[in-house]
Amino acid sequence: MNRLTLKAAFLSAILFAVFIGAWHLATLPTGGAVSAADAEYAKLMGAGAQKSDGFPPPAEIGKAFVHYLSDPMYDKGPNDKGIAIQLGYSLLRVAIGFAIAIVIAVPVGFLIGMSPLAMKALDPFIQVLKPISPLAWMPLALYTLKDSNVSGIFVIFICSIWPMLINTAFGVASVRRDWINVARTLEVNPLRKAFLVILPAAAPTILTGMRISMGIAWLVIVAAEMLVGGTGIGYFVWNEWNNLALPNVIFAITMIGLVGMVLDLLFGWLQKLVTYRE
Amino acid sequence: MSSLNNPFDPDRPLSRCSCGNHGSQSEHDIAVAAGDVDALNSRVVQSVVMRALFPQDAERRKFLSAVGASTAWAAISSLIPFGTLEAMAQEKGSLEKKDLKIGFIPITCASPLIMADPLGFYKKQGLNVSVIKTAGWALIRDKVQNREYDASHMLAPMPLAMSMGAGSNPMPINVATIQNTNGQAITLHVKHKDKRDPKMWKGFKFAVPFEYSMHNFLLRYYVAEHGLDPDKDIQIRVVPPPEMVANLRAGNLDGYLGPDPFNQRAVYDEVGFLHILSKDLWEGHPCCSFGVPADFVKQNPNTFAALYRAVLTAAAMARDPKNRSLMAEVLSPANYLNQPKTVLEQVLTGKFADGLGNVQNVPNRADFDPFPWYSMAVWILTQMKRWGYVKGDIRYKDIAEKVYLLTDARKRMAELGMTAPKADYQKFKVMGKEFDYSKPEAYVNSFAIKRS
Repeated sequence: MNRLTLKAAFLSAILFAVFIGAWHLATLPTGGAVSAADAEYAKLMGAGAQKSDGFPPPAEIGKAFVHYLSDPMYDKGPNDKGIAIQLGYSLLRVAIGFAIAIVIAVPVGFLIGMSPLAMKALDPFIQVLKPISPLAWMPLALYTLKDSNVSGIFVIFICSIWPMLINTAFGVASVRRDWINVARTLEVNPLRKAFLVILPAAAPTILTGMRISMGIAWLVIVAAEMLVGGTGIGYFVWNEWNNLALPNVIFAITMIGLVGMVLDLLFGWLQKLVTYRE
Repeated sequence: MSSLNNPFDPDRPLSRCSCGNHGSQSEHDIAVAAGDVDALNSRVVQSVVMRALFPQDAERRKFLSAVGASTAWAAISSLIPFGTLEAMAQEKGSLEKKDLKIGFIPITCASPLIMADPLGFYKKQGLNVSVIKTAGWALIRDKVQNREYDASHMLAPMPLAMSMGAGSNPMPINVATIQNTNGQAITLHVKHKDKRDPKMWKGFKFAVPFEYSMHNFLLRYYVAEHGLDPDKDIQIRVVPPPEMVANLRAGNLDGYLGPDPFNQRAVYDEVGFLHILSKDLWEGHPCCSFGVPADFVKQNPNTFAALYRAVLTAAAMARDPKNRSLMAEVLSPANYLNQPKTVLEQVLTGKFADGLGNVQNVPNRADFDPFPWYSMAVWILTQMKRWGYVKGDIRYKDIAEKVYLLTDARKRMAELGMTAPKADYQKFKVMGKEFDYSKPEAYVNSFAIKRS
C-alpha cells in the first residue's frame, strides 16, 4: 500500500514535469520581428515591454505565484486586495450560503424522507428547481434582494440546497427497516429515534450530499463573483482578465483548484468519520 | 436671546438684530466667533420665518401658548419648506452623509471621479468616499437602484433613460456633471485593415458598452450616414468595455465603438487598429456623466454640494494637459484601471500609435469638460426616439432640464472660481450636420434611416 502511494507520487511528479516542460517549449519566444520600423511607434506599441501576446510561458506564471504569495494580505483600497483576502471573501460567502442551506435542507430532507406523502408532493418542485443554473437566479436575486453581496450568498444557497436535500431524503428513506422496527419495539420516543437511530444511519449519505454541494458551491462562487464583482477570487480573475494578464489569471485558476481540493478533502474526512460498517 | 434660541418656545423672546438674524450685534459676533454657525443654521432659518410671520414677539408667544409648539411647527412647516430653506442657508453647512460609495467602470472616462480619490479632493470636502470598480453598466444601474451606490459614473444617456424608465424601473437620476468629452473610437480588427469604407461593413459584428450609451448612438449615426441600417446590415451587441479586447481577439467581434483605454489596448495588443476617433464624428461630444439619484440630492443637499465641488475640482485638474502623464501613472495600478501605463498615457496625452503604423498627435483626443449642456441631453433624446428606444411624444426640453443639473453646475463652478458658459443650449455639428436644439422633432424626421 505504502509503496504504491510512493510510486503514484513519483508518477505524478513526472507527469507534472513533462507537462511544464512541454508548455515551456511550446511557448518559447519566437524572436518575433517588431511590426513597425519606426522606433517611436514601436515604443508606443510597447516593444520590449512584457506583453500578453500568445500564451504565457510557465516562468511568467511562476513569477505571478511568487508575486502574489509573497504578500497575500495587502489591501490597497477597495478594488485591489491580496489573494488571501480575496479567497477569504469567497470562502466566507460560500460558508454562509452553505450553512443556510444545511439549516433548511437537512430538516426538510428528514421530513421528506420519513413521509412518503411529502416526498411525492414535493418531488415535482424539486425536480423543476434542481436543474436551474444557479447563475440564472442572479438577475432576479439582484432585483429583489437589492444587495449584491446577499445575492451572491443566495446563489450559493440555492445551488447547494438540492444535492443535500435529495441525499438527506434518500438517506433517511433507506434506513434499514429492522432498525426502525427495533426502535419501535423498544418504544423509543420519536425525537430520540430521529437523533439516535435515523441520523447516524443516514449520516454517510447526508455527508455525500454535502460534499457534492460544496463542490458545486465552490464552482459557482467564482462565476457569481465575476458577474457581481467587488471582492472575492472571482472578481480577481475578472480584474486580471480586463488587463489581459493571463499569468495572473492562471495563478488564480490554480488557487481555485487548490482550495477546492482542500474543501473536498475536508468533507472526505468528515464522511469517513460517520461511515459505519454493517 | 435671539435666533439661536428655539423660536417655538413661547417663554422666550424673539428680538431682532442689525443683521436680522440676531438679538444684537454682539450676539451676532459671538455666534460667528464660536464658529458653530452651521449647527445653528436651521434654527436661524426658523427664527427668520417666525419673525416674518409674527412681527410682534408678543403675538408669537400668544400663538404658541395657545396651540402648542408642535402644532404650530406642523402648521407652519406645511406652508413653508423649512428643509429647503435650511439647505439654501447652509450650503457649506454640515454634511448629512460622510461615507459615500461611488461606482465606476474601469475606463478613462471615469478619470476625474477616480482621481479625486488619490488626490484627496473628496477628503478636502470632508467626504469619505470609496470608489468601487464595477463589472458592467447594467450592474451600475442595478446597484444605483438598490442604493448600494450613492452616486455613480454613468453613461450620459443612462440618467435620461433611467428617469424615463426606459430599460429599467423609472427612477429619477440627475446628471451633476459630464464626466468626459470625446475619448472614444471605432476600433476594427486588424484583419479589416483594407475595409476602411463603412459601406464594406455589411454583416459585421460590432460591440457597444450598453444600449443607452453615446457609443451605441454614435455608431448607429455613423453607419447610417454611410447608408447602412444598424439594425439590419450590421449586428450591434452589448459587451462590457473590459471584455471588448478579449472578444475582438477571439474573433467574436469585427470591431467596436468603445471607450478608451480599450481602443488603445487593442492597438497595443496588436489585435485592432483605430478606424476613427469619436471626436471626428462630433467634436466635444459628451460620453459619461456623474449620475446622482434625485432622492439623494434632496435628502443630502450639503453632501451633494460637497461632492459636486470635489468632482468639478477633479474635472478642472483633468482638463489641464500638464497633468495627463501623471494621471496615467496614478490610474494604471490594479486598484483603478489596471492597464499598462503607456496605454493610458497614449489615450490621455493624445500622442498615440494608431495600429496602422503611424504615430498621431491629437491633444484633445480625450477631454473632461464637466458642463452639462441641455442641448446634449436633447440630442441624446432625439437619438433614443430615432432608434425606437422611446415611443410617442417626448417633451425634450422638460426632460433635459429636469435631469441635467445645469444651474447647479453653474453655481458650484462659480463657488470654485471657474467660469461657466452663459448659455444653456448650444448648436453643434455631428458629422457635418447641424443640430438645432430648438427643433428636435424635425431633426429626428430629417434622417432617412430611422425606426420611428
